[in-house]
Amino acid sequence: MGIEAGALSSVDLTANGVTAVDLTALDLKQLAADVVQKAMRAGATDAEVVIREGDEFSTLVRLGQVETLKESGSRGMGLRVFFRASGGGQRTASTSTSDFSPEGIAHLVSGAISLAGVTSEDPFAGLPEDGAYGVLGGDLALFYDDVYSLPTEDRIAYARRAESAAMETDVRIQNSDGGSFDAATGHKVLANSRGFVGENRSSYCSVSASPIAQEKEGGMQRDYWYSTARTLARLESPESVGIEAARRTIRRLNGRRVATQRVPVIFSPEMARSLIGNIFEAANGDSIYRGASFFTGKLGEKVAAGSINVIDDGTIPGGFGTSPFDGEGLPSRRTVIIEDGVLKNYLLNTYTARKLNMHSTGNASRGLAGNPGIGPGNLFLETGKLTPEEIIRDVKSGLYVTELMGFGVNMVTGDYSRGATGLWIENGELTYAVEEITIAGNLKDIFQNIAAIGNDLVFRGSVASPTLRVEGLTIAGS
Amino acid sequence: MTSPTIDQKQFFYTKFGLTEALLERCLGEALSAGGDFADLYFESVAATAIGVDESLVKSASQGVSAGCGVRVVSGERTGYAYTDDLSAGRLLRAARTAALIASGPAKQIMAGFTETKKPDLYPIPAIEVDVDLAARLALVMRADRAARAYDSRIVQVRASYAEELRRILIAASDGTFASDAQPMARFNVFVIAKDGDRSTRGTSGGGGRVEIDFFQTEKTPEHFANDAARQAILQLNAVAAPAGEMEVVLGPGWPGVLLHEAVGHGLEADFNRKKTSAFTGLIGQKVASEKVTVVDNGTLPSRRGSLNVDDEGSPTQETVLIENGILRGYISDKLSSRLMGLPDTGNGRRESYQHIPMPRMTNTYMLSGEDSPEDIVRSVKRGLYAVNFGGGQVDITSGKFVFSASEAYLIEDGRITSPVRDATLIGSGPEALKYVSMVGNDLALDEGIGTCGKDGQSVPVGVGMPTIKLDRMTVGGTGN
Repeated sequence: MGIEAGALSSVDLTANGVTAVDLTALDLKQLAADVVQKAMRAGATDAEVVIREGDEFSTLVRLGQVETLKESGSRGMGLRVFFRASGGGQRTASTSTSDFSPEGIAHLVSGAISLAGVTSEDPFAGLPEDGAYGVLGGDLALFYDDVYSLPTEDRIAYARRAESAAMETDVRIQNSDGGSFDAATGHKVLANSRGFVGENRSSYCSVSASPIAQEKEGGMQRDYWYSTARTLARLESPESVGIEAARRTIRRLNGRRVATQRVPVIFSPEMARSLIGNIFEAANGDSIYRGASFFTGKLGEKVAAGSINVIDDGTIPGGFGTSPFDGEGLPSRRTVIIEDGVLKNYLLNTYTARKLNMHSTGNASRGLAGNPGIGPGNLFLETGKLTPEEIIRDVKSGLYVTELMGFGVNMVTGDYSRGATGLWIENGELTYAVEEITIAGNLKDIFQNIAAIGNDLVFRGSVASPTLRVEGLTIAGS
Repeated sequence: MTSPTIDQKQFFYTKFGLTEALLERCLGEALSAGGDFADLYFESVAATAIGVDESLVKSASQGVSAGCGVRVVSGERTGYAYTDDLSAGRLLRAARTAALIASGPAKQIMAGFTETKKPDLYPIPAIEVDVDLAARLALVMRADRAARAYDSRIVQVRASYAEELRRILIAASDGTFASDAQPMARFNVFVIAKDGDRSTRGTSGGGGRVEIDFFQTEKTPEHFANDAARQAILQLNAVAAPAGEMEVVLGPGWPGVLLHEAVGHGLEADFNRKKTSAFTGLIGQKVASEKVTVVDNGTLPSRRGSLNVDDEGSPTQETVLIENGILRGYISDKLSSRLMGLPDTGNGRRESYQHIPMPRMTNTYMLSGEDSPEDIVRSVKRGLYAVNFGGGQVDITSGKFVFSASEAYLIEDGRITSPVRDATLIGSGPEALKYVSMVGNDLALDEGIGTCGKDGQSVPVGVGMPTIKLDRMTVGGTGN
């Protein structure tokens, strides 16, 4: 739960429920190409259409009873138009709709054309150059229809099994936020006036458990665990998920505060992921060109410890961040961001590449409306040699972080300050639970001070990291 | 722009071919396998956004979406299905899908609907008119110019104006019938300042359920641009924030995010019904200093968190959560009210037709006390004065919450001194407000920027607070 002062930079109403209703009769590729043609006939010098449809199923079982059962689908279409001006620059605007009727599409096109009338000529705007388009070949293993193959009762059973495995683990677990099972499929089509037409289907399923454990003094702790996969065959058993969720919850019990001090902090893989996410934000071309990242101008410089290699790879078969083409129709690829601690590449889409006089890295991300942003493929820090136990063993006194809270990361200055929960390390061993403290430093120093890298890299989503130990963070506590 | 009474019911009936008979048929279908209650939530949204970036209008976008969510409640169970195709066939199919949650004989729905009486808290634009883009363009360009004129060290400016009109129609098996048209507008400015090697950022924004004239007369582009630029320039000389427990003074307005995290979420009825909140069982007990009174109020005119009716068709209201330090009540929706035997406070909200409603805050704020803000600052020997925040987060179950200061200063010997770098503050919900020792007489609501997230659903909310002093709070900086 939380609150944010974030701003909506563009209108994107229908992108959530990638979508639905049996459009099987309707060829989405043809529809997308038709809308591109309509926009061109209306006067655009270039046009690009994205269509997304998807289905979702979710169920939550709490204390053995079904609490929610949700099943549906939806769809949406987005259009971007360009007008080349005499000065060489282009004007652009975008529209989106959930209404695929002829009137809805006519409105989509006329709206975009009229909006483009108020935007500015920008010499860097425009579709990618003709030679840049492409789609990765081969089976990327992104779509398995088995995620929808189970009858509803069996799906409910997945959620119920995960929750009950958690609750049977320990008598201190008497309550729960439930067990869940989710499945979703998505279908995305991108077409533009340069002749690009790409299509991508993806599937997803997950099972999770969120047990609540009771403390002696009346307090409660909650944690959770999950497994996600593109196919049911790869989903971990609900029982293993439930047992791990229980272990994570129990270890938080009876947390204490610790005194304010500077100590080494070990980030568990789940928390280290967030640091890799920070590296992505720092290397994001959009922040780079406007000087909104502390990585701006640092290409070729040492920005992290010498042992650090960070890679973005959108081509890994079956990966959660894999796609055959990016949001502008460029083939996904592998980009080394940091090699031996040296910043090698930014992550770019076409616009930011032009601003920086570079080439797109195929990282354009496209919602239904607005200009493309930048998104990671499969982003990870390369695995090291140490076991997590060895990394802990070297710490005389320090913190093992299991949860981070809040939004206290400033990508312009690198200032980092977040709420933390974890386990205290004494003489190389995990001891008691710690809560209600913060950890703080500056990301520029944090990346340089990564002193140990674990051998436990596992992809549980599109961003992954092994266990990391960072020297010299400030803990604020009692 | 504003017309007195546009019948939103007529909008849906005409545009999507709905009839009262069809609504009743859908509700009948939804309860065809039993269940206690069913409702239909129709939504039609039109949105426009325009942005200036590097003094160029780089983006302009518009979007429309429409759909209907069908909910069936049976005991504690909820079945849900939605469709973006509002034809009779699809609506009935969604109703049958949602009905799968129940297993029993069909249930009768109430005969006839009763329309919820609603106030008139915000302007409702007349029929669909083409948005005057030139006027919006002028606003964002003014912000760009103002921010750049503020100081030559402002090197990057982005400003955006976004607005939407959400029309809803709700029909339920208990006879509830409501419709509303809910406008929302938001102005935002982001700047980067650079001086030598040091770069900093500043952000500002605001709005509410208002029309464009609000930004031309009350909160102008210059207001937001100057505020963002001021924060960025201030940060150029900021020192490390202190680390550890100390006295903390929070300024009025948006720092009320403290209340949203420390107590607001924990008082949502669903968590208390399930006994998963750190506040479970504390009604009638002291959870804050006697100087603290906190309310949630969905009926404030034009505010970002306000609603004429909630997303279940219930009227909104002012609800006292904490009165003179004593926990008085919860924020509730239909489901939790029925199961807990408590009043429905009109807080059933959802992100869109694709989402199941649940208890959510509207505008949550602390009432004014008697202290002057100057006396409050003067009473602090060494501490932090925080006036602007990025956002916050809470773990409902343990009660631990954080909120991240983006503009804060040291207080030394009763005087506000150096600005400090960003720092997160952390505390425990049921404990933190017990340390409130002074409450200012300067209650202010935020500028209209908050978006609250819960279970993956985002809804607009407001917060507010007078200046307050907490005798103890942990500040997560790096300094001494």
